Amino acid sequence: MEAKPKRSLRLFIRDNGVPIMFLALCGLGVVASGKPLGFLLQETIGRMARNSFIVLSLVVPIVAGLGLNFAIVLGAMAGQAGLIAVAEAKVTGLAGIFTAIAVSFPLALLLGWGAGSIMNKAKGREMIAGMILGFFMNGVYMLVFLFGAGTILPIKDPKMILPQGYGLRNTVDLQVIKWALDNLLKVRLGPVSLPLATFAATALLTWGISKLFSTKLGQDMRAAGQDMRIAEVAGIQVDRTRMVAMLISTVLAAIGQILFLQNIGTLNVYDSHGQTGTFAIAALLVGGATVTKATVGQALLGTFMFHLLFIVSPYAGQNLLGSAMVGEYFRAFVAYAVIAFSLALHSLQRGKMAIRR
Amino acid sequence: MAHEYLLEMRGVSKHYHGNYVLKGVDLKVKAGEILGLVGENGAGKSTLMNILFGMPVIHTTGGYEGEVRLAGETVRFANPGEALSAGIGMVHQEFMLLPGFSIAENIKLNREPLIPTTLSRFLGTRLSKVDMPRVRGDARRALDTIGLGIDEMLPVLGLPIGFMQFIEVAREVDKSGVRVLVFDEPTALLTESEAGQLLAALKRIASSGVAVIFISHRLEEVLTICDNITVLRDGEVVTTTPSAGATLTMIAELMVGRQTKRPPLGERTVEPSDDDIVLELYNLEVDMPGEEVRGVSLAVRRGEILGIGGLAGQGKVGLSNGIMGIFPARGSVKKDGLEIPLNRPGEAYKHGIAFLSEDRKGVGLILDRSIEYNISVVATLTKGDFLKRLPIGAAIRDRKTATAYAEGAIEDLDIRCTGPTQRLRHLSGGNQQKVCVARALALKPEVLLVSEPTRGIDVGAKEKILDLLTGMNRQQGVTIVLTSSELAELRRVCDRIAIIYDGRLVDILSPDDSNAKFGLAMAGKKVSEA
Repeated sequence: MEAKPKRSLRLFIRDNGVPIMFLALCGLGVVASGKPLGFLLQETIGRMARNSFIVLSLVVPIVAGLGLNFAIVLGAMAGQAGLIAVAEAKVTGLAGIFTAIAVSFPLALLLGWGAGSIMNKAKGREMIAGMILGFFMNGVYMLVFLFGAGTILPIKDPKMILPQGYGLRNTVDLQVIKWALDNLLKVRLGPVSLPLATFAATALLTWGISKLFSTKLGQDMRAAGQDMRIAEVAGIQVDRTRMVAMLISTVLAAIGQILFLQNIGTLNVYDSHGQTGTFAIAALLVGGATVTKATVGQALLGTFMFHLLFIVSPYAGQNLLGSAMVGEYFRAFVAYAVIAFSLALHSLQRGKMAIRR
Repeated sequence: MAHEYLLEMRGVSKHYHGNYVLKGVDLKVKAGEILGLVGENGAGKSTLMNILFGMPVIHTTGGYEGEVRLAGETVRFANPGEALSAGIGMVHQEFMLLPGFSIAENIKLNREPLIPTTLSRFLGTRLSKVDMPRVRGDARRALDTIGLGIDEMLPVLGLPIGFMQFIEVAREVDKSGVRVLVFDEPTALLTESEAGQLLAALKRIASSGVAVIFISHRLEEVLTICDNITVLRDGEVVTTTPSAGATLTMIAELMVGRQTKRPPLGERTVEPSDDDIVLELYNLEVDMPGEEVRGVSLAVRRGEILGIGGLAGQGKVGLSNGIMGIFPARGSVKKDGLEIPLNRPGEAYKHGIAFLSEDRKGVGLILDRSIEYNISVVATLTKGDFLKRLPIGAAIRDRKTATAYAEGAIEDLDIRCTGPTQRLRHLSGGNQQKVCVARALALKPEVLLVSEPTRGIDVGAKEKILDLLTGMNRQQGVTIVLTSSELAELRRVCDRIAIIYDGRLVDILSPDDSNAKFGLAMAGKKVSEA
């Protein structure tokens, strides 16, 4: 079993091509941006704190064989619904966060159940099904808050409702819960301030997910994720296991979105969830995850690098090419490129597997 | 004991859409006994086992008739899980192993020992922790029982195939309370010494009081290891006999069945002979997964119908696919002495060879296009037929001639449809197959390779297809190479039948040769050796 170090290094590079490339890109970006490291670290850590939770919510469905869960947008919508309720009821601080979570929880379960049922009907095409489902539910979501708010939903606050008397305004101020979690336990470390409570929540989730995989349920997920048919023959209830994975993912995404927006402080009612799925998926892939394999470590590493690149690229664009816009384009380009690359790689591997059979 | 037999299946019948694949089958096994279950492909072995296991495919197609008794009690399993918990285990023909799991995890798949946790007390056992040390320990013990000294923590991915089979067996051995164990072709992929080791393990398992059902095409193994042998043919039990006193020839003969008299097929002006070879294969190897060809040399006489027979998975289907360039091939194929380049689909067509694929829907037909299009497309692509020249030097499809041709074919072949523009998707399997034949005819081939032409189509259409093929052969002198899993079909229409076993040519038989000869050849034995 002893491999020569040289060979294992090559294998290491081959197996971790995406993260290594990204590390190099980040390094170049940091140098080109000309910004002090402390500033970059502060920015990255702030974004990482608010975004890790959502990225982590993607790990479970991948392990359970559902691929990249584009349907976490549904969870994000549920989370936003919770936040809207809190903003209307003016529940402040930590209580507001928990209320938002409590409101969004049943919604996320319901949406997750719907998504899970569809995924179980669309086996092998989960990703495209999830993506389209996201688009569809976006329509439903808009309908609810454009026409339902103020008519069916008891939202009275004139600052939230459009002048016509119904429908939510574009932005909802989340001042009531802004930084409620981030500021709970903030520690300064040299030039960097750390939102410890948010990190604690992320750490708790990380721990929880790794624990989950050591349970019977986790083992079943891993089995179903590798081969549904074999798992089925072994007596594992594949559909139920997949459903549980979707429920977990959707609920976590809802909580993740709440944590995300408590950091931002304002909710773009019709827009905030738009890119949640795509960017979280890109971040996860950057960390070295694939359509069939993901770990919490990859999620955290990916979130870090993805956001670092996001921060440095406009500055780097400004310094190198005289235009921050180039950097903006570059990061959007990178986000979609990494997803496209990963999907192409996946279908290539699947093709090979099919031929082998 | 009140019941003599541990497992009894009584009068079990099963039909798929009115087509009976099992007709009143009886099967009995005692505890500690090894029962051999043999039969040709399609004899009903798999269906019988699917019933035993309560596989969903049985229930979604209307269940079965008859009864299954386990230790004297009637059972009717709704799903494989129930069968498993009742103590029925199966070592599958294909490996049911997860490549990313370790050997130990695979052995204990869905039977992991658990440690309760705080959460599991409230939210159900699925949140219990998997007891990895015990998973390892149990797996180790099972592996030791069958004599396999491999590290149980290795991932299954990349293990040699022989090992995978042993892991499958270890999994079944590990199951506590297993009473009936089914082995479906367990030695098919093993080397001889591995197979010997496996059979020894199997005997050890049986002697511990487990009833073993051993399904195999390797008749010698069945004879050496089994106490009794049940022979299935066309969904019926032909006989159940103690293996002591039975001979290879006898079992082979029973498997293949009665000699059916061949109806006369029409006269030829010139009898095919070895003096006039149209197609010559030399050491052809084809890398078709599941149907590998490992070096076949064969000469096809001009004007004959040559049958290619053998059991599924032995490589007979790979042969024509290799010639046509559909799967990677090595070796040499000559048509009229001219080398046909391999691995280039289309080349064979240019040499006047046409192909009716066994994979009708996959590579054969374009289901969402019309009958007319499907019939003419290959001739257009390879020979430039059905084209209309335009003055600018290009050509477009001449729909008129194609439609006229299709109308003729519909008439001649009796394709049941609304007209040449009907989409293929809406035709029955038999009529789709007729379209395939019509398309092959449109190529005006000298040699026609036909693969499983009657698979999955009804009896009437079957007759029509066989008539068409013999008609093409007799009237137009087309040389036909007919690959089929149905021996009866081959014996009805072929001049000679080549039997493929383990990717190699065993023997070329005459259709009038004895059943025993065929049975033995299909088990890889040339008659002179037996």
